[in-house]
Amino acid sequence: MLEIKNLHARIAEDGTEIIRGLNLTVKPGEIAAIMGPNGSGKSTLSYILSGREDYEVTEGDITYNGESILELDPAERASKGIFLAFQYPVEIPGVATMQFLKVAMNEQRKARGEDELTTPDFMRRVKEAAEQLKIDPAMLRRPLNVGFSGGEKKRAEILQMALLEPTLCILDETDSGLDIDALKIVADGVNALRSPDRAVIVITHYQRLLDYIVPDTVHVLYKGQIIRSGDKELAQELEANGYADVIETAA
Amino acid sequence: MPAVQETIDQVRGIDIDQYKYGFETVIEVDKAPKGLSEDIIRFISAKKQEPDWMLEWRLDAYKRWLTMEEPTWARVEYPKIDFNDIYYYAAPKNVTGPVSLDEVDPELLRTYEKLGIPLREQEILAGVQTSKVAVDAVFDSVSVVTTFKKELQKAGVIFMSISEAIREHPELIKQYLGSVVPTTDNYYATLNAAVFTDGSFVFVPKGVRCPMELSTYFRINEKNTGQFERTLIICEEGAYVSYLEGCTAPQRDENQLHAAVVELVALDDAEIKYSTVQNWFPGDKEGKGGIYNFVTKRGDCRGARSKISWTQVETGSAITWKYPSCILRGDDSRGEFYSIAVSNGHQQIDSGTKMIHLGKNTSSRIISKGISAGVSQNTYRGQVSIHRRAENSRNFTNCDSLLIGDKCGAHTVPYIEVKNQSAQIEHEATTSKISDDQKFYAMQRGIPEEEAIALIVNGFVKDVIQQLPMEFAVEAQKLIGISLEGSVG
Repeated sequence: MLEIKNLHARIAEDGTEIIRGLNLTVKPGEIAAIMGPNGSGKSTLSYILSGREDYEVTEGDITYNGESILELDPAERASKGIFLAFQYPVEIPGVATMQFLKVAMNEQRKARGEDELTTPDFMRRVKEAAEQLKIDPAMLRRPLNVGFSGGEKKRAEILQMALLEPTLCILDETDSGLDIDALKIVADGVNALRSPDRAVIVITHYQRLLDYIVPDTVHVLYKGQIIRSGDKELAQELEANGYADVIETAA
Repeated sequence: MPAVQETIDQVRGIDIDQYKYGFETVIEVDKAPKGLSEDIIRFISAKKQEPDWMLEWRLDAYKRWLTMEEPTWARVEYPKIDFNDIYYYAAPKNVTGPVSLDEVDPELLRTYEKLGIPLREQEILAGVQTSKVAVDAVFDSVSVVTTFKKELQKAGVIFMSISEAIREHPELIKQYLGSVVPTTDNYYATLNAAVFTDGSFVFVPKGVRCPMELSTYFRINEKNTGQFERTLIICEEGAYVSYLEGCTAPQRDENQLHAAVVELVALDDAEIKYSTVQNWFPGDKEGKGGIYNFVTKRGDCRGARSKISWTQVETGSAITWKYPSCILRGDDSRGEFYSIAVSNGHQQIDSGTKMIHLGKNTSSRIISKGISAGVSQNTYRGQVSIHRRAENSRNFTNCDSLLIGDKCGAHTVPYIEVKNQSAQIEHEATTSKISDDQKFYAMQRGIPEEEAIALIVNGFVKDVIQQLPMEFAVEAQKLIGISLEGSVG
């Protein structure tokens, strides 16, 4: 489904190389965890996958369902089914969450040549998804992410993910800033979206989230490369021993 | 919100260089000779069949104007205007004032049709047009038609061109004209007093709630012609009116001058709501052409508990110099100013308001949203003045600026003057850029770039859009979208 081959990428503004020959394959239905110490390039990878302009790919390729996506802008990638749940969701003042959802859903449908949703259909979908994530309907009338608590922001991200029905979900440090109750709600939301044709990349610093979203594969990212891959036991090993051992072995 | 979609459609459908209202109406015209002199003023006054006292009023203003200097304190730059290189009077031939609809030149009716202004009462009454709005249509220097006059008359409301009002209601004109903006007020207002050619007059008598929205639609058509309109709105005790103003002009390489004066008077418990959607030709993308818009608008809350509210959406003009203000004279009176000023290309805007608190317990509210794109400059200039006797007065000001791109400028210049200890003043100001974060976030959800910007901008101006009457709100959102077309990338 997702194939990253020998990817090299740098910050467009100052040319700092962040990703240095990264290889990764994610299959449909797979939950892949990407772990690594701070500054290893985890968030950068999520931005590059979703097409943020601030980064330049200098070598290698990213293919999604067999097609290179490097030339596509973020909106085009989104309509192909790539969704990024942000570590720090952005505030959009004056735009009600509900309105934002409707515009986003209809834009994606339009890009795929589907009809726009009718208002009752849209309302029904939002109501169902919001209930599942224990989101207060009043929150949906507030401007998107403005004045939301940390937990509300992350739930709003998962709500968007549920409604946009992506085929590749990238969760960037979704556990940061969440207490254990909120974490469980968010994890349940993600688990509910597990399906044989949908892949999930979970980017996280800690093992904690992986107790709730159990990965099929675990990859350690360090200095812009995957230095080790394994199954969920690798995450536990990292939790117990820290990253130092893995880094040393690789070096 | 469906309007977002409409904004997008409009943005898509229109090329940056295509100002939608830029067409010219070919019609035979009656003009005064070029230039400004006493003779020209006599010519205008004679054309309007004015009484002598009106001519004297104009000539006094002209003499005063000759001694005045053009103001230079605004943050706008333009070559010196040659006031003798302008036509001060241009009217479609054989039109000296409004006539009945059947008599209006079909070419003019077609013009307003193209502009989307409903002039045909029958169609409105037949439900072809959904909302009922009475319109005064001013074409260059004359009002060509005023609709729904009879129906308004039944309610006691006078709505006619100011030229007619000078002939038909001299007592009201003598009492109120120049009582809010005196002929000595400022360079452009004084010029206007000397040469004003037409505009609207509204009088809502005691206790009457005007049964429909009133509106004036200004169109500058002739080349090298200035438009100097004068509008006077009076609401007697307990009366209410909502008034809309729209403006467009053909696309031309030369700059054209528009110097209007609007005076509002609200007596005890009266309320006037004045909304403007200003869409004069802004000039092309190189900054060539466009309207110079130097306007004096002021409302006088003369009576206790009166209320005047200005709402403006400014998207056009090469230069805008405009400060709709309120004099809060009556105790417990209230002034409001809601503004969206969008500048793109080479446009320069210096706009804001003045709230002059004279009476006790007066309150005012200022919400200003400036959006700058291209290489434009956008300045908010506002004054809040609390006088000595204005016990317990309150003001709330919020000025937000939004920048699109990095070659434009936003400036906020607030003046606050307080002479009474009991006053409460709040001022908030923010400047933000449509951040790459916001744009990326919206695009990551599948919203293409231009739609993402339209969405963010519409969110930014929401507080003000909500103040506009329904039909205008949709129109305003479309306009903002069009004005920002090409601001991306």
